[in-house]
Amino acid sequence: MSKTITDVICPFCGTLCDDLIVTTDDDGKKILSVDNACAIGAEKFLHSSDHAHRVTRPRKMQEDGSYKEISYDEAIEHTAQILVKAKKPLMYGWSSTSCEAQSVGHEIAELCGAIVDNTAAVCHGTTLIAVQNVGIPSCTLGEVKNRADRVVFWGCNPAHAHPRHMSRYSIFPRGYFTGKGHKQRKIIVVDPRPTDTSSLADVHLQVEQGYDYELLQALRAAVRGEPLMGDVIAGVPKEKVYEAADMLKSGRFGVIFFGMGVTQSLGKDHNIDAAICLTKDLNDYTKFSIIAMRGHYNVTGSGQVLGWQFGFPYSVDLSRGFARYNPGETGSIEVLKRQEADAVFVLGSDPGAHFPMRCVKEIARLPSVAIDPHITPTTEICDVHVPVAFVGVEVGGNCYRMDNVPIESRKVVEPPEGMMTDQEFLSAVLKRVEELKAN
Amino acid sequence: MSEITINLISGRTIQQGVSMEGGKEKDKYRLACGIIEIDESDFKRLGVMKNTNVKVTSDFGSVVVKAIPATQGPHPGVAFIPMGPWANKVTSTETYSTGMPTFKGVPITIEPAPTEKVMSSVDLVRSYCFGDN
Amino acid sequence: MSEYIIKNGTVYDPKTSVKGEAKDICIKDGKIVDKVSSKAKSIDAKGKTVMAGAVEVHAHVAGPKVNEGRNYRPEDKLFSYKPTGKNTRMSGGFSIPTTFKTGYEYAKMGYTTVMEAAMPPLYARHVHEEIKDTPIVDEAAFPVFGNNWFVFEYLKNNEMDNVMAYISWLLRTTKGYAIKIVNPGGSEAWGWGENCNTIHDPVPYFDITPAEIMKGLLTANEKLGLPHSIHVHTNNLGNPGNYETTLDTFKLSQGIKPTNKFGREQVLHHTHVQFHSYGGDSWANFESKAKDVMDYVNANKNMTIDLGCVTLDETTTMTADGPFEHHLTTLNHLKWANVDVELETSSGIVPYVYDPNIKVCAIQWAIGLELALYAKDPMRTFVTTDHPNAGPFTRYPRIFKWLMSDKSRQDMLKGFKNSDKVIAATTLASLDREISLYELAQMTRAGPAKSLGLGHMFGGLDKGMDADVVIYDFDEAKNKDPEQIEKAFSAAEYVFKSGTLVVDHGEIVNNGNKRTLWVDAKVPENTQVERDVQMKFLKYYSVNLNNYEVSDHYVPNPYVIEVDSN
Repeated sequence: MSKTITDVICPFCGTLCDDLIVTTDDDGKKILSVDNACAIGAEKFLHSSDHAHRVTRPRKMQEDGSYKEISYDEAIEHTAQILVKAKKPLMYGWSSTSCEAQSVGHEIAELCGAIVDNTAAVCHGTTLIAVQNVGIPSCTLGEVKNRADRVVFWGCNPAHAHPRHMSRYSIFPRGYFTGKGHKQRKIIVVDPRPTDTSSLADVHLQVEQGYDYELLQALRAAVRGEPLMGDVIAGVPKEKVYEAADMLKSGRFGVIFFGMGVTQSLGKDHNIDAAICLTKDLNDYTKFSIIAMRGHYNVTGSGQVLGWQFGFPYSVDLSRGFARYNPGETGSIEVLKRQEADAVFVLGSDPGAHFPMRCVKEIARLPSVAIDPHITPTTEICDVHVPVAFVGVEVGGNCYRMDNVPIESRKVVEPPEGMMTDQEFLSAVLKRVEELKAN
Repeated sequence: MSEITINLISGRTIQQGVSMEGGKEKDKYRLACGIIEIDESDFKRLGVMKNTNVKVTSDFGSVVVKAIPATQGPHPGVAFIPMGPWANKVTSTETYSTGMPTFKGVPITIEPAPTEKVMSSVDLVRSYCFGDN
Repeated sequence: MSEYIIKNGTVYDPKTSVKGEAKDICIKDGKIVDKVSSKAKSIDAKGKTVMAGAVEVHAHVAGPKVNEGRNYRPEDKLFSYKPTGKNTRMSGGFSIPTTFKTGYEYAKMGYTTVMEAAMPPLYARHVHEEIKDTPIVDEAAFPVFGNNWFVFEYLKNNEMDNVMAYISWLLRTTKGYAIKIVNPGGSEAWGWGENCNTIHDPVPYFDITPAEIMKGLLTANEKLGLPHSIHVHTNNLGNPGNYETTLDTFKLSQGIKPTNKFGREQVLHHTHVQFHSYGGDSWANFESKAKDVMDYVNANKNMTIDLGCVTLDETTTMTADGPFEHHLTTLNHLKWANVDVELETSSGIVPYVYDPNIKVCAIQWAIGLELALYAKDPMRTFVTTDHPNAGPFTRYPRIFKWLMSDKSRQDMLKGFKNSDKVIAATTLASLDREISLYELAQMTRAGPAKSLGLGHMFGGLDKGMDADVVIYDFDEAKNKDPEQIEKAFSAAEYVFKSGTLVVDHGEIVNNGNKRTLWVDAKVPENTQVERDVQMKFLKYYSVNLNNYEVSDHYVPNPYVIEVDSN
């Protein structure tokens, strides 16, 4: 016999699909199948269910580089000790866990004077900086579904990174005012490569890699009816720029989705600045919004919880006893490069795989702990690896979608026997930290 | 014809996502992410057979990956390594005061390395962190 | 549980008609009682002011636009961040405080209950997460209904039963307290970049007018018998000449009697009326119409208002009036954030500097105060700044000073750069009324509590009410210095919340056990609305119906007010 659970939230990316259907065995221990998920989401659910290959107890790195199993109590002690002893511990990650867990982590960070940072550091951090400069006209994904007739994907490839985005929100849905679906939408893709996403576009502007800023500003000028200089702008023929501007202005509701192509390339926050200003300019002619394609399923949530508790969305430095924020200075990458942290705590992300190697080496050098259900490059260079239950699969919790909509993820199966959740582990660490600090 | 310079970007692919969720220590992840996608014209410039290993070097480090034909091409002058530890061996650590490394837009050289192996993610990271680099 | 006796304080309590008389106040088991045992802790309040805890009737303190404001204004945290304390988390933010700071600062001023003014239903879970992280004060949130597609369709079709069923369902689903209406129709029009500037402009496609929306929701509110009335931010906010739209809006409620079991006597509460009391037709001849507005309010007892006083600070505007915020950024060119919410509402955020050297800002400042000074019934006129729109709530003590001291107002007027122009465009210079402390208690305690249908619980010191009690080091009879008003009310000496001492000489000594109030209005089963809801979620929303409701654990200490609307 089997059980079917509907309305399941997928804990992979910022699309935060909430229509998954998960079938489990009767005991609620093993996932048999997943419907409606993309390949990545399905893999997350199915792989988690393979308990035989799960790390189920904490492990500690030995002198010879091998790992030995330790108890959760020992892991809690190790974690509390390194955080309390450090003057400026870095507590990084947070994007693949629930808001409830993040909140407990923040209590620990405040007690220990840590730097709290999330994966925006290597993803949409520059977007957050740009928003702090110029604001952001935006909307929820349902508005896109119901109204949008002009959709731009700039520097992002949802076919690969947010696979169900186009069918759930941005290209194919038939919404209240968009009954014809794809047919009444014009899609523009701006990307140095003709990607799988651009194959669905009406127009692909193959921008020269790293020159998006120029193209964005040129579009702003074209939108305002100003003449452009030169025949080719950022690798795009001038006529195509004018055409794109006209296409955008002629719509009645447009949206720009953007990603790493503009946040991580040269120009960085200035690229996003220009994209937001383009959106704002377009509001003088028609209705336009812009939405960041957030990566992890709860990086947005981490930014929200940090925001209401400390006032800043990432790279928050609590080491002086009050919160400070200055991304180039207080962000994980630069802090690791400058060797300013003296302990590293990673939860809900994998900097070992996704940080530049020089920063990974620094993490390996410092007293460290990694809390993650998986074995990852991070867990394999930290002193202690603490496995925890998968949020959204084995424990529920609140998450925030890329458009900031909060959706509560569910528990669909039991975690492996005796495994703690992030929140339980953090609560135990908090208790121990409070004891150590009181002495 | 044995070394070319080119512009490197890194980013997501479906296979990177799926294999990541399946376990980064597994070979599937290495096969999905220990690669560099090169345009047809750049293969010609480089003069190597498709699906052979190459060494990629930037100001920030070097890595051995398998060279495969571009899947999101054509994009002459641009090479793509899926996000992950192989890409991050050569990614720019420069953030220009923004805190954001330059994951997209790193000048690299590619040279043939047909006899060298593509390391697993864990070996790659551990040897760099704990080895004599 | 603890017993306290506050001895010999000068008590100002409109609920029990105590007007500045010496009286003992007794607290036991979280409530006001007639007497306590000899074991009660005694506090000597001789020569000090004793009032009930104040009730904030309208502020933007929890939710997505508040947090977007925090995250997009790191500069708002500069210079004033406080480190972790003995019983407090670190706290920061001047115009948009963090949730911890919000709780602490309200409590220190003697505010013990706070209404979050606007909750977009799709984001309700976020609002409740922030409410949970706001210590000490009891809170509730008002879901917005004025741009809601279900409301449009039911009211257009004259389906009153259906709109009532939907309202009941939405209040329960979002754990909401009252019907909030912001720029009715206009924020939906903003989905296409348009607006409704008068109450008769039809909403594009839905073809219903703001007047019809407000009238329909008012009718539904009374039929449901909800504790609060509809809470309205009408169309045309912020524009010269808008007082006519305001009066048109007020008149929708004319002659209608309230229906409820909560002691509420109004059918319409209009918020931040300062922003809606403008004359002239341009910024050049911009002038106050506070008197015209208050003539109506004074003559119509079935209305309440809150002021929305400008404090002349750099602050952050944020409102569900999306089109207004876009308009504001075209005026001051400061960074603009906007979020349109599918099927429900819109919102915008723009920083704003209310510079006393600018004529318009100074006139706005005067208007907020004029409204209060013209008010015949302080029980129907409440002090707010529409925090943070016209200024941060931490400035309330300064507003109290201006209301209570004519000299402080005249000094301000004389000190403006454009003093002559400001005086010419307003009547404040000729108003010498000084609000008394008793009237202040009506405007900040008894009045707001009653309008919210909470007059039996909050805002008063009658036996059986919640022991929310505040002692200020202030003696109305002896005081001659207006600055003392601001000083005393900025830092209460003692604050009790539900009978627990939470503030002692400016220090937070206990975080209490705050509750979230919400309204459960029982209506007959309505399968049509159930089906309509299912269909709209399936076709138009971007989340599934089963993931929409705020689960109980997001409201860990609920106080549910049941209303039998059958």
